[in-house]
Amino acid sequence: MLDLSRLSCIGVCLRDATVAYKDRVALIEANRHRENARWTYAEYRRDAERFAALLQSRGFAAGDRIALLMQNQARWLISATGAMWSAAVLVPLDYKLTAPEQVSLLAHANPKVLVTDYAIWQRMRRDERAAAVFENIQVFVVGAPENARDTLAPAHAYELPESAEGFTYKESARDDVACIVYSSGTGGTPKGCLLTQKNYLSQAEVLGNLYPMAEGDRYFSVLPTNHAIDFMCGFCLPLMMGGAVVHQMTLRSEYLAATMQRYGITHIALVPRLLKALKEKLEEKLDDLPGWKRAIIDRLIDVNEMATLRGPNHKLSSKLLKPIHDGFGGKLRLIFAGGAFCDRAVSEFFNRLGFPVVIGYGLTEACTVLTLNDLKPFRADSVGAPIEGVELELRDKNAAGIGEVWVRSPTVMKGYLDEPELTEEAIVDGWLRTGDLGTMDAAGHLTLVGRAKNMIVTEGGKNIYPEDIEAVFGDLDDCEESCVFAANYIWPAQTMVGEKLVLVLRLTREQKGEVPEKLLASLRRHNRKLADFKRLSGIVVWSEEFPRTASLKVKRQVLATEIRGALTKDAVQPL
Amino acid sequence: MNATVTTLIELAAKRFDADASAIRPDHDLFDALGIDSFAAAELLSDVEDKFDVEIPDYELQDIKTFAALADCIDRRR
Repeated sequence: MLDLSRLSCIGVCLRDATVAYKDRVALIEANRHRENARWTYAEYRRDAERFAALLQSRGFAAGDRIALLMQNQARWLISATGAMWSAAVLVPLDYKLTAPEQVSLLAHANPKVLVTDYAIWQRMRRDERAAAVFENIQVFVVGAPENARDTLAPAHAYELPESAEGFTYKESARDDVACIVYSSGTGGTPKGCLLTQKNYLSQAEVLGNLYPMAEGDRYFSVLPTNHAIDFMCGFCLPLMMGGAVVHQMTLRSEYLAATMQRYGITHIALVPRLLKALKEKLEEKLDDLPGWKRAIIDRLIDVNEMATLRGPNHKLSSKLLKPIHDGFGGKLRLIFAGGAFCDRAVSEFFNRLGFPVVIGYGLTEACTVLTLNDLKPFRADSVGAPIEGVELELRDKNAAGIGEVWVRSPTVMKGYLDEPELTEEAIVDGWLRTGDLGTMDAAGHLTLVGRAKNMIVTEGGKNIYPEDIEAVFGDLDDCEESCVFAANYIWPAQTMVGEKLVLVLRLTREQKGEVPEKLLASLRRHNRKLADFKRLSGIVVWSEEFPRTASLKVKRQVLATEIRGALTKDAVQPL
Repeated sequence: MNATVTTLIELAAKRFDADASAIRPDHDLFDALGIDSFAAAELLSDVEDKFDVEIPDYELQDIKTFAALADCIDRRR
C-alpha cells in the first residue's frame, strides 16, 4: 500500500525511491531505432542533483518558478526532479503550441528559469515580444547542435555541472504550490491552475494503490508530459514505485510499435484518437488474414472475453492471443485513455483482446482524474465512479436527470494564478464547477452527455476555448463585430464527440445580410493559418448588436441565448 | 523551385496518391494532399529517410506549405 499522507511533497517521495531502488532502471530514452541513454535510479538521482546544483548556483531559491517546455524526454523528468529538490514551483508547458502561444504563457507565468528544446527556442526567439519576455528568464536549451551553441544567447546550452557540489536538498510543504498548469488561455485570459503538493500526493496515493507498478514494469511516455495524465502516470507514479519510464523522441506509429516491443512496455497512456487509429490498423490486419485463421482468432477472442469477464488476466490473454499481444511487445497490461472522450466501442475492442482500458474523467483544475471505470468486471459505458476522496454532485438536474457536474476533492486546485474572479466562479464553497453535463446511474457511475461551457475537446485531447482563437478573426473587413462559439454552447447537443467551432458575425449595414465573397475568402485564409483542430467549421450571420459588459467584453451567454431563440443550427453556413 | 521542394512534392504526392504536377511550393500541404496533421506525421518519416535528417514531430505545428517544410529540411542538413 502506498501511503503518502504523511509526506510533505512529491520531491521527498521521489528522493526516497532513488535510495530504495538505486540499482533498478529508472529512465530509458530511445530515438527512432537507437537508444540514446538509460539511467538507473542512482544515476537519475545524481543527474537531478547536478541540475539542482546548477539552478542553485544561479540564485534559484525555494518557491521560484521553473518552466519546462520540451518534448517528452529523460531530461524533462531529471530537470523537474532537480527543481523539486530545490523546492521550486514547476510550470509545465505544452511543446505542441505555437511559438506566440508559448511566449504568451511564459509572459504570464513569469518563471525564473526555462528549460526548452533547441527548435522551440529558435522559434520563440523570433517572436516580437521575445526581448521583453526573456529579459528576466534564464533559459537553458536542450539539444542545440555543436555549431549552434554560440548563437543561443541570451540562452545557455543545457549542460550539467561535473558534480552536484553546492547542492542543498530542499523540501516543499504540503500546502505549497507544486505546479502551475495551464488549462487554457493561449490567446485569451490565461488560466494557470495552481496545484499543490497535497493535490498531487492525494491523487498519487489513490492511483498508485489502484494501479501499482513494480520492478520490471515500464511505462511508455507518449502523451505530452506537461499534460496532467502523463505528469502523474508517466513521471510521478512509476518513479515513486520503482518502475521505469521509457521515452521515444518521435511518436510516429512505426516507432511506437518498435519501442513497445524492444522495451517490453507494460503501461501506456494514449489519447482516444490514437487508440482508435490503433484499433483500425489492428482490424485491417485481422481482415487480411485467411478465413480459417481469422475464424480461429475470433474464437480465441471469444474465449479470452469469457475467461476475463470478472477481471483482467494478462498471463492468460497474452498466451491465448499471443500474436496480437506480441505486436505490442507481449507485456502490455494496461492502457490509460485520457484527455478526451473515449468511444465505448474502442475500449471494448481492446478489452476483448486482453488489454484493459482505463477510462477516466478529470480536468486540470482537479489534478488528474475524478472518476475511473471498473475493470473488474470491465465497464466502458460510462466514465466510471468517483475515486476515493472525491465527492461528486449533479446540480440543477433536468427531467431527464442531466445536471452539471460539481466536485469536492483533496485534488481540487487552490485557484487560478492571478485570477481571483475566475477562481471565485470556478470554486464555490469548496466545490469545483466543472461545466460538464452528466447523468448518474444506480451504481454511481457517471456518464457525460455534453458541456455547459463554451469550449470543445478534440479527439486528440486538446481543449479549445473559442476565446483563444478569436484574435485570428479580430480584424475583418465588412464586419462590425465577431465572436467565436462552440456550436454546442449555442445549441446544446448531447454529444461528447464531433464538436464544432462557429464564428458569429455582424456584417456592416452596406452588406444587407449577404456575406461578400471577399469576406469568405478572407475567413478561409485566416482559418488556414490555424492548426487543423482549431479551425472554424462555419459562420452564423447575426444582425443585432452584440450585448457587452461595462468593460466592453461580449456577454457570451446572453448572446448565445439570443441566437438560440432566433435561429436553429441550420443557420450555420459551412466555411 | 529548389531541388528540395521538388523532391519533397514528388515524395508527398506519391505517399498520398496525389498529382505532383498540380502542386506548387506555396500550396497548403494539408489541403493539397487531403490529410490532417496525424497523417502528415507519416510523411515526416519518408522525409527523414530521403533527406537523411531528423525532424522533431512538433516542427509540423508551424508548417503549412511545401516550401516551409522544404526550408525546415534544408536548415537541418
